[in-house]
Amino acid sequence: MSLVRRQRESRWRTPLAVGVAVVLTFAITALPIRGSGANPISAYRRYLVTPLTSANSFQEVLLAATPVLLTGLAVAIAFRAGYFNIGAEGQFLAGAMGATLPGIQLSDLPAWGALPLALGAGAVAGLAWAFLPAWLKRVAGIDEVVTTLLLNPVALLLLQGLLNGPWRHPESGFPDSETFGSGYDLPTIFGSERVHAGLLIALALIVVTAVVLSFTPLGLRLKAAGQSPDAARFSGIDVGRLQWRCALVSGAVAGLAGAAQVLGVQHQLTGSIAVGYGYTGIVVATLGALSAVGVLAVGLLLGLIGVGAQNASLVLQTPPQMGDLVTAVLLITVVSCLALRAYRFVRRRPATADAPFAGSGVAT
Amino acid sequence: MATNASADEAGQHDPPYVRRGCPPPPAAPLSSSQAPSPQAAPESTATPLVEVVGLTKRFGGLVANDDIDLTVNAGEVHALLGENGAGKSTLTRVLYGLSQPDAGEVRVAGRPTRFRSPKDAMRAGIGLVTQEFSLVGPMTVTENVMLAGVGLGRADRRAARSEVLDTAQRIGVHVDPDATVESLSVGERQRVEILKALYHQCRVLILDEPTAVLVPQDVRALFATIRRLTAGGMGVVFISHKLHEVVEIADRVTVLRRGRRVATQPAAGLDPARIAAVMIGVRSTESVAPEVVDQLGIEAPSTPAAAADDANGAAANGAAEVAHDGADVVAGVAAGAPEPAPDTASPSSSPPRPDATIVGAAAALGIRSLGLVVDGVPVLEDVSLSVAPGEIVGVAGVSGNGQSELVSVLCAMTQPTTGSVSVGGVDVTGLDPVGRLRAGLGRISEDRRRCVVPNLSVEQNLVLEDLDRFRRLGFTQRSKVREHTRRLMEEFDIRAQPGDPVRSLSGGNMQKVLLARALCRRPAALVVAQPTRGLDVGASAYVHEQLRDVRARGGGVLLVSEDLDELFALADRFVVLYGGRIIGELSAAEVSPESLGLLMIGHAAGQDIAGDAS
Repeated sequence: MSLVRRQRESRWRTPLAVGVAVVLTFAITALPIRGSGANPISAYRRYLVTPLTSANSFQEVLLAATPVLLTGLAVAIAFRAGYFNIGAEGQFLAGAMGATLPGIQLSDLPAWGALPLALGAGAVAGLAWAFLPAWLKRVAGIDEVVTTLLLNPVALLLLQGLLNGPWRHPESGFPDSETFGSGYDLPTIFGSERVHAGLLIALALIVVTAVVLSFTPLGLRLKAAGQSPDAARFSGIDVGRLQWRCALVSGAVAGLAGAAQVLGVQHQLTGSIAVGYGYTGIVVATLGALSAVGVLAVGLLLGLIGVGAQNASLVLQTPPQMGDLVTAVLLITVVSCLALRAYRFVRRRPATADAPFAGSGVAT
Repeated sequence: MATNASADEAGQHDPPYVRRGCPPPPAAPLSSSQAPSPQAAPESTATPLVEVVGLTKRFGGLVANDDIDLTVNAGEVHALLGENGAGKSTLTRVLYGLSQPDAGEVRVAGRPTRFRSPKDAMRAGIGLVTQEFSLVGPMTVTENVMLAGVGLGRADRRAARSEVLDTAQRIGVHVDPDATVESLSVGERQRVEILKALYHQCRVLILDEPTAVLVPQDVRALFATIRRLTAGGMGVVFISHKLHEVVEIADRVTVLRRGRRVATQPAAGLDPARIAAVMIGVRSTESVAPEVVDQLGIEAPSTPAAAADDANGAAANGAAEVAHDGADVVAGVAAGAPEPAPDTASPSSSPPRPDATIVGAAAALGIRSLGLVVDGVPVLEDVSLSVAPGEIVGVAGVSGNGQSELVSVLCAMTQPTTGSVSVGGVDVTGLDPVGRLRAGLGRISEDRRRCVVPNLSVEQNLVLEDLDRFRRLGFTQRSKVREHTRRLMEEFDIRAQPGDPVRSLSGGNMQKVLLARALCRRPAALVVAQPTRGLDVGASAYVHEQLRDVRARGGGVLLVSEDLDELFALADRFVVLYGGRIIGELSAAEVSPESLGLLMIGHAAGQDIAGDAS
């Protein structure tokens, strides 16, 4: 067997590749699910179908999707411009800390002042966390993959330091911050008790991003800069500046995600916020092909699988990590299948090809 | 299989070769016992070395090779000609085991053989030297040659070194086996590639556009090498776009067009004009630009010729050999045409310059004492030249002598260390690409894929440079973009859909996209680098026509090219870059391939004479 690059590409092959990847994912994950004593088919039904069957669990899906929609969008914006921001996790945590600062220091503010202030503080904190790698990249050409990645544990340590130090809960003594003032609660929406306005922010930003990417000169410049920086530079696009700006916007959106999470869900800062929403954002952006609509679809799908996995762990006794496992395998299979779509398999023919000139009595 | 040592021995003791002064190639396992005698070799009626029979290769709906026959005899140079996309590379790839044919077969020494990989092809005695060399820069010549042969096991450096020396001597070239490849010139590297192929005892050597990168002197050396190889009984497949070279070196010529073999003829006495007419065929008759015709010494092929030629193409499919009628008719047209001027190919016949060179007018493009230092090494030094409106200045030089850097500086991709650039008298040195575009500079750089974004569509690439013109309230005006694209695609004959990604376009169409983008602003000065590299005859002619148009309407063109024919066909004045400096300047009247070639390899006339005198 060998791989041969296809001469031509066709449009139907991309959805086909994704379909194959989904089937492969089921096939691969069936084994560990079976190993944990559950029936794979019913487990998948729990993952993908059960959460949609009740209004309550559907709202849980939306709630679970909200942070990864924002972090996914943040990563997609940076990746689009060819800036590989792996630091959405750190920027997310920075955003959460940024929103906490007014939340506990100015706890008496009314909602009309408190929410914009806290959300803005979160965005600025995320931006600030993204600033250093972006600046190093701009002035010294230092690879952003390394710097953004390395700042993630720094943000986590800072968070833990604050929670164990100045922000430790004064009454309980737990490493949690005080609960924010009531003005800082993001309003819930859709008549739900849990789904909060952070989802609206995410949807609005996704729409804006989609419009900018598809209908403005800026969107075209972004695509050019990301896909072929040399050609973009030749065409008069200041690729460095574009990447710099996208890096900062990306950090701000990731920070906003962190702020929305503490303001909408936890109403206080706790260590449990660091569960990898930023890293999941990379999965969402990549699987969503760096498009806004793709981010929306994949973010909702991952929210679905997350809620389904909790459900399955309760009912079928599968480990709760199984949802993450499915997501991870899905990422690998989709990326592999998309890469392989440009090739076709060729079976080696068993024909002979010996060297006639080396043999005797062959030539003239 | 005979060992190399015994092969060498056999070669050395073969009296006829020695007497003829033409040492045999190292393909010696045969030459020792079974090779045809050298006298018989050139017109051998014996089994061909390699024979391609009815070869068909499809890529999806596209038939890249349609029922192709080709024979390569011992002692013969068989030239393969055709436009881009005619099927030359596909045929080469099949012959070298890189692709599998869908039908037909390759026979080696009469025996049907299937090559699953280049390894099989090498074992069967087929060697390939492509334009892009596969050499490892920091390694020596010997090591590079050894790489070609070594699998697992012991590598005998000493034996390999002496074999390199022997082989080099036998084919009459000088190569230092201990020099690192990166220290060698392009011509020398090509020789190393040939040595590498010979190290496999190849009997048939495929040379894919071997002269594209060489200076005239190196071309002559290469031809001498080829003659020695064939005199020793090898077969050579010579692929080239340059017709006069084919006529000079080839014994037989096979012309491919759109995947079909349209003619196979003896090269002796063949008129380049005829080959070209057969090669171009009907499709591009209308786009055969005057200079192609000039070069070929005929008037533009008229419709009858084209029609006959087409018929000939169809006939040649069935016919085994020479496409007789077509060639005759084409010849008839050529004969019936007004007598071609004897000096048509010389630069003096290039169209008269429009009277735009008004004394005192600002130069379309002015370059003043430009210098560029990269990593402490000066790559451009004190380069000054100006291009008047309505003038084409050709920049010649062997690649790597500062041309790319000069173009890069002019295109605003690199900031010069010293000096200035002006367009129409306005200093643009400090301006970015957008500023220079506004100042009236058009740019077509040598690497097309670095000028267009391959994954974006034709439409998107066409507007990428001046998106601001299509912006209203922050949004792209789709209808205006669509109209602009439609107009340009029509005007520049870009054969694609506006939504097609540019990477799916042929080289010619991609270049048209670039031309359209650069010329739609009517630039006062145009910088063009290698505008027809890799393009077929029709597309090249079109590009040349467009450059002439720029000149005709008063634009100044700086044409950087490694294709001398192109420079001769277009330029009004020539400058030669050598080692980052302008080493000489020649007018169209005083230029000749030899004088230019001498400058290109660094022989500045004045300096040398001075040096000799002292």
